[in-house]
Amino acid sequence: MSEQTLAQALNGALATALETDERVVLLGEDIGRTGGVFRITDGLRAKYGEDRVFDTPVAESGIVGAALGMAIAGMHPVAELQFLGFSYPAYDQIINHVARIRNRSNHRFTAPMVIRVPYGGGIGAAEHHSESTEAIYAHIPGLKVVVPSTPSDARGLLLAAIEDPDPVLFLEPIRLYRAVKEEVPEHYYTTGIGPLRVEREGKDITLISWGAMIKETRAAAGRLEEKGASVEVLDLRTLSPLDQDGIVDSAAKTGRVVVVHEAPKNAGLGAEVAALIQERALYSLQAPVRRVAGWDTVFPLKRSEAHYLPSLDRIVRAAEETLEA
Amino acid sequence: MLTLISPDGTVRDRLSMTLDETRQLYVDMVEARTYDHKCMAMQRQGRLATYAPFEGQEAAQIGAAAALRPDDWVAATYRDAALMWRAGYPWALLIAGRTGDERGGQAPEGVNVLPPSITVGGHMIHAVGLAWAEALNGSDRVALTSFGDGATSEGDFHEAMNFAAVYRTPTIFLCQNNGFAISYPREEQTRSESIAMKADAYGMPGVMVDGNDVAAVLTVVGEAVARARSGGGPTFIEAVTYRLGPHTTSDDPARYRDEDEAGEWRDRDPLERVRALLERAGRWTPQWQAELEARSSQVVEAAVAEAEALPQPTAEEMLSRMYAEPTSALQAQIDEIDP
Repeated sequence: MSEQTLAQALNGALATALETDERVVLLGEDIGRTGGVFRITDGLRAKYGEDRVFDTPVAESGIVGAALGMAIAGMHPVAELQFLGFSYPAYDQIINHVARIRNRSNHRFTAPMVIRVPYGGGIGAAEHHSESTEAIYAHIPGLKVVVPSTPSDARGLLLAAIEDPDPVLFLEPIRLYRAVKEEVPEHYYTTGIGPLRVEREGKDITLISWGAMIKETRAAAGRLEEKGASVEVLDLRTLSPLDQDGIVDSAAKTGRVVVVHEAPKNAGLGAEVAALIQERALYSLQAPVRRVAGWDTVFPLKRSEAHYLPSLDRIVRAAEETLEA
Repeated sequence: MLTLISPDGTVRDRLSMTLDETRQLYVDMVEARTYDHKCMAMQRQGRLATYAPFEGQEAAQIGAAAALRPDDWVAATYRDAALMWRAGYPWALLIAGRTGDERGGQAPEGVNVLPPSITVGGHMIHAVGLAWAEALNGSDRVALTSFGDGATSEGDFHEAMNFAAVYRTPTIFLCQNNGFAISYPREEQTRSESIAMKADAYGMPGVMVDGNDVAAVLTVVGEAVARARSGGGPTFIEAVTYRLGPHTTSDDPARYRDEDEAGEWRDRDPLERVRALLERAGRWTPQWQAELEARSSQVVEAAVAEAEALPQPTAEEMLSRMYAEPTSALQAQIDEIDP
């Protein structure tokens, strides 16, 4: 065990994967010499060699498509795209090929590969660098979408994603890379793709979130508890496939649910969660399911970021209204 | 542009293959054309979904596949049935795919041929990744990707060519320049004098070959395969040919091309020139031709019967193809269909 940031845990997981599985190779822009724009692959090329960790030309479609070819040939490539906003040139490869090769070949050819993508806002970055469009990937059959929010989950989920026989889009909350620290085991372990994590148990209301918004959601729960409410917080961790039973069980228990996400509200994953709850737990509900989400705008530049990101106050207010309803 | 066998069947240069080998390539091309005609007929009968014929391009496809080893990789398109078949993919599965059955995409074990790509251009980079993986694993397998002239306008063509050259992957890019991207003539698609010359900019050899000359295609692809296998990196090949039929069964070429042009290309038929060569060498008779056509028909009919005998796919099969194991959400949907 050692205390690690989320970034360090990811670096450690990649090192472990390179160490233990010779099928694993890493490829992406600037990931070799510089360790990537967020230094997640720092030191890995020096340690594991130029034939395991590849700097690539600036070509996202090429990176993902080449990784798919490698995966079909039996390797377990881990591709890095620098920002979710730069994943769109690879969108065709991801949805038309990576997510479909198993179906197209009736299981004969598969894509055991991971596409790692830093995502989300809060660091005052340039346009296209703060996207949280996870819903457009969660919508795609054949793909799994995973988002860790703690260092130990980051390690366990990344190793699980690399082991997985199917392609995993692995979203890394930029805002949390170096904002959270915890003890992370150093041995090889995996965290199952699918099950959500109960961040804290409670009985009056369920707050559901994932990725960087777990930070504000956790703080909101703390504030609500100070006022006497018993708050359950769920970290979905896997956005596709959703842990439907875990969500429904908690909603049925508390009868009150607020979903919090950074992505725009319109057709965001909050809608899927709310629909699932009304399908399977409507008669347990004491109040309508609320969504606290980003506004239906393009992610703003630095000076308007605070307007956009769901704030602690917005989450608390929505939860209080839900508790009073 | 390399031509070894002229349209009239005279040999321009010494052939690197024996007469027996030449005859076998002819046999393969006749079988492929029989398949192509059968599929066109079946589509008209409502037994196949849309079909993209390859008539006129048999030499490019059979010649290229003949240069490969059975364990090499192939990533090709909806128009490459002859190439895929010669690389080991059964006719029955190709037909099954065209009847609208995903099971047709399942190459037999040991046949490293991907299901045909329907998107234009997205599959070339897969052949780069496949070849890259083989090289990293110390194998000498190569990967051949086939595509049309139209695909070279896609951005993915650039990324695939660049990656292959940068990492020196053992990839063979086979462009079948058949004159048209559906209706858009080759001359209007690019200002480049040739497509092959584009390879220069990527730092890889670019070769132009008479795509209707099976011997020339086999020679050029064979050289590219040998270079790739020995660590020499990728090669781009432009096989100049012509699509004698429509783009697909939904297309009407009369709207965009002069049938005189198609007639000129019929005079350069890839089968006829080999037939003439064989006849001159005393290895072709009308009787043998009749036997060959009858045998080819039998083979193709048997494949049709096999494809059409596949049982109706179940809904559970459809839902179970998305992941190695259905997710809990998919399992719930499987249970919903068949409680």
